[in-house]
Amino acid sequence: MSPRSMRRLEPAKTDPALLRNFCIIAHIDHGKSTLADRMLQLTGIVDDRSMRAQYLDRMDIERERGITIKSQAVRMPWDLDGKTYALNMIDTPGHVDFTYEVSRSLAACEGAVLLVDAAQGIEAQTLANLYLAMENDLTIIPVLNKIDLPAAQPEKYAEELANLIGGNPEDCLRVSGKTGIGVDELLDKIVRTIPHPVGDPNAPARAMIFDSVYDSYRGVVTYVRMIDGHLAPREKIQMMSTRAVHELLEIGVSSPEPEPTKGLGVGEVGYLITGVKDVRQSKVGDTVTNQAKPATVALKGYKEPLPMVYSGIYPIDGSDYPVLREALDKLKLSDAALVYEPETSVALGFGFRCGFLGLLHLEIVTERLEREFGLDLIATAPSVVYEVTLDTLQEITVTNPSEFPTGKIKKVLEPMVRATILSPKDYVGVIMELCQGRRGTMIDMQYLGEDRVQLRYSLPLAEIVFDFFDQLKSKTQGYGSLDYEETGLAEGDLVKVDILLQGEQVDAFSAIVHKDKAYAYGVMMTGKLRELIPRQQFEVPIQAAIGARIIARESIRAMRKDVLAKCYGGDISRKRKLLEKQKEGKKRMKMVGRVEVPQEAFIAALSTGDEKKAEKKVK
Amino acid sequence: MAGPHPIADPAPSDGFLPVQVLDGASTRSFHAYLHIPFCRVRCGYCDFNTYTSTELRGEKQSDFAARMLSEIAFSVKVQQQAQLPARPLASVFFGGGTPTQLPAEDLVSILGQLERSFGFAAGCEITTEANPDDVSKEYLEKLARAGFTRVSIGMQSSVPSVLATLERTHNPVNVATAVALAKSVGLQTSVDLIYGAPGETMDDWVASLESAIELETDHVSAYSLIVEPGTKMARQIKSGLLTEQDPDELADKYELAEAMLSAAGFEWYEVSNWSRGEGARSVHNLAYWRGNDWWGYGPGAHSHIGGVRWWNAKHPSTYAQKVTQGESPAVGRETLDQKTRLEERILLELRIADGISIETIKALNPDANRWISQYIATELIDAASALRGHLVLTLKGRLLADSMVRQLLT
Repeated sequence: MSPRSMRRLEPAKTDPALLRNFCIIAHIDHGKSTLADRMLQLTGIVDDRSMRAQYLDRMDIERERGITIKSQAVRMPWDLDGKTYALNMIDTPGHVDFTYEVSRSLAACEGAVLLVDAAQGIEAQTLANLYLAMENDLTIIPVLNKIDLPAAQPEKYAEELANLIGGNPEDCLRVSGKTGIGVDELLDKIVRTIPHPVGDPNAPARAMIFDSVYDSYRGVVTYVRMIDGHLAPREKIQMMSTRAVHELLEIGVSSPEPEPTKGLGVGEVGYLITGVKDVRQSKVGDTVTNQAKPATVALKGYKEPLPMVYSGIYPIDGSDYPVLREALDKLKLSDAALVYEPETSVALGFGFRCGFLGLLHLEIVTERLEREFGLDLIATAPSVVYEVTLDTLQEITVTNPSEFPTGKIKKVLEPMVRATILSPKDYVGVIMELCQGRRGTMIDMQYLGEDRVQLRYSLPLAEIVFDFFDQLKSKTQGYGSLDYEETGLAEGDLVKVDILLQGEQVDAFSAIVHKDKAYAYGVMMTGKLRELIPRQQFEVPIQAAIGARIIARESIRAMRKDVLAKCYGGDISRKRKLLEKQKEGKKRMKMVGRVEVPQEAFIAALSTGDEKKAEKKVK
Repeated sequence: MAGPHPIADPAPSDGFLPVQVLDGASTRSFHAYLHIPFCRVRCGYCDFNTYTSTELRGEKQSDFAARMLSEIAFSVKVQQQAQLPARPLASVFFGGGTPTQLPAEDLVSILGQLERSFGFAAGCEITTEANPDDVSKEYLEKLARAGFTRVSIGMQSSVPSVLATLERTHNPVNVATAVALAKSVGLQTSVDLIYGAPGETMDDWVASLESAIELETDHVSAYSLIVEPGTKMARQIKSGLLTEQDPDELADKYELAEAMLSAAGFEWYEVSNWSRGEGARSVHNLAYWRGNDWWGYGPGAHSHIGGVRWWNAKHPSTYAQKVTQGESPAVGRETLDQKTRLEERILLELRIADGISIETIKALNPDANRWISQYIATELIDAASALRGHLVLTLKGRLLADSMVRQLLT
């Protein structure tokens, strides 16, 4: 084992030959954070006692869910063969919604540790990131983690990894982040096999932003990888996409706490602070240069984040609307991908139409709004973006079913994805059934090992945002994993189904669905609402309609008796207290025409089969 | 008395009443309720404050009348100290429990003390509830001679299987006897019915209504059974031994009661009460719905004087201890603000046939018109009265009164 390095290389003056930039590609729960912690400890940059489990994941939600949302970079010293090296570990977000962020993190590295749970094998999403890493020509170091587990099958999964990336099963390192076994060999291997960065120290400065984080004390902290040249404190820097100029108030490296330095040179990884307050001014993928001596060509790969999924977000208590607005304004400072605009719904009142990168992003944002700002929210069923062309050849972009035009429609384009599903082979049948039910077309199917299968399907994104992942998990008893990437638009035979309560359209329940599924949606939704809406003083018809054509109907019988018999012996107080309690419940009612609909009914109807979540929200 | 006490302020031991009770006091009539907390057996559905033992923690049933006399004396003192105007009683009501568990002499002596203390207004209605098994001609004669005007008999049902479910032990035959005896000594009569007991059929209910009508009483109350949490019946329903009735069936039974009673010459004047003409309406019952003043004497009794409500200790022995020391037996009270008083008025007055002025409702809810127009459309209120500015429930509306109150007050 290599000894802990006793000296550190000074940033800004480090020879690129002594630098190694790498990331760890892993699935949620495959132990990335634990391994990273062990590295921080082994290299001595976090002292053993102050070691906080999963040091790199700072936000509470991340720690609780074991998901890394925001990546950071840590500089660690490591000695090998008498030389001291500086290793930059760049943490990557681990979910499909953040593919673009992942791709930028990968672009900041020369190598990647492919970390796989020795008891579970590789998952679809890891494969997707592995694919991106190989596309970026990264050197891959395959590692099996959790080999201390009794259920570990290192031989089996080493073989699987070798099949995927080439090489011998024996090349696969075996470690345990928990006990520390094999972690020092891994650090040695990183130094030996990952190429050092190459760049022109005399060229105009070019640094790629791979992350930007909002900090309430310091403003936006921008993480960069230097490609060419040099950046130093007090210089004026320029963002190449927006031409915006800022002064570099501080530049430094994380080790893992921020340490200001005299600058950053070729191949180095560190952070910049300019005092800006909005992450939108420091966009992931953008190139930072020196205003005095600017670069002419920006680095490749910059892309504006594009929302893929939209949902209406409404406060349960209408008077919380200003709080929600303020909360979104704050949240966007740290989330460049979040977009929103005010929206009103007949049923839900005032809220915001929000765009997200995907379902997890939606869930994280609503959870942060509820947790950090104490809001109670309803989110409408997620919708994708449709491109509708009318007979008049007018084109309309629809992000909300209520915007779906009523006139003659020539065609509707919907976003498609290529989905990769990994699963034990026993579940192939049910997965195929699920995908076909969701208008999927199989692209191919291949065996990864003896019993693991990869299926690739072309699917409409709309079919995936609607509880697809939950269904996949339940049908494969939790073994199936999913990843998807967008593949453009395709024409679909789509219609809008409206739900009417006593003739009044309830905008929150309108949905754009395939023509063949409209009837099923109508029957499902009217049936659900009949169960969820309490009886009223009059009969309430519930209808599902495409335009003026009714495709399904139910009715809620009138309530006939709601009166207490007496107030015994003049105990009026008790009757009034009961009324006060009931009034509290009524405050949470929304009026749809004359019909009183409890908030709970909206939430339950909008939560697609995920009963547990609905319960949680109702509470 | 039913269920736990409401959460409220502590009650002062001297019973002190704030000056607000004087506001409009002379326009409010004054009434007395006397709670006699004894029963021979406890019925399975009952959650009232009753006890079946004749001696409770050293407190004897035979001493009970004396305790009430002490509280009457105390009530005189409190009202004088508050400088309330002297108001004769407009009604007196002995309820329980079973007041007729006490000897007639006890009821008579309590009534005498009330008369000496407050006097009786002209036409003062004086009622006792009675178990049909308890009353003899002599018993009723004694009451009538002492000034009682009315007997309310707990009939509940005429069907033995329904009485068994309710765990009522009285002999149904005795109901007719008791009513006849009461009439013979010149008392007005009323019977109480309960519908919706588990297992009660529509035919059972028709039979009970027919029997009640045959008695030719002046007044009928028909209460839908409410299964209160904590009662034996609630446990029986929870364990599946009994099945609670469907609200639609209860609505059918209420509508049937209205049809049969009105055909027999009764008129509704409150959701659960019918009388033969306006003169036979229960003054005491209406006092509750109209927010008049009453003093509730006895363990667990509730009082209301000018927006102050309080309630007494439930256990007879705790009660006895307080009143013998000349202290207030109240354990909690609340002083209502103007808005709450207005809310209560709507809550209570909506239930009576005289209805409530729309102006009163609008004072609390300026947006009430949208509900009122909807109620006219859905036939929950009488359209002609509404056009004259008065809200009066239709038959359909009577059954939905609580839901309307919630809408009007939210």
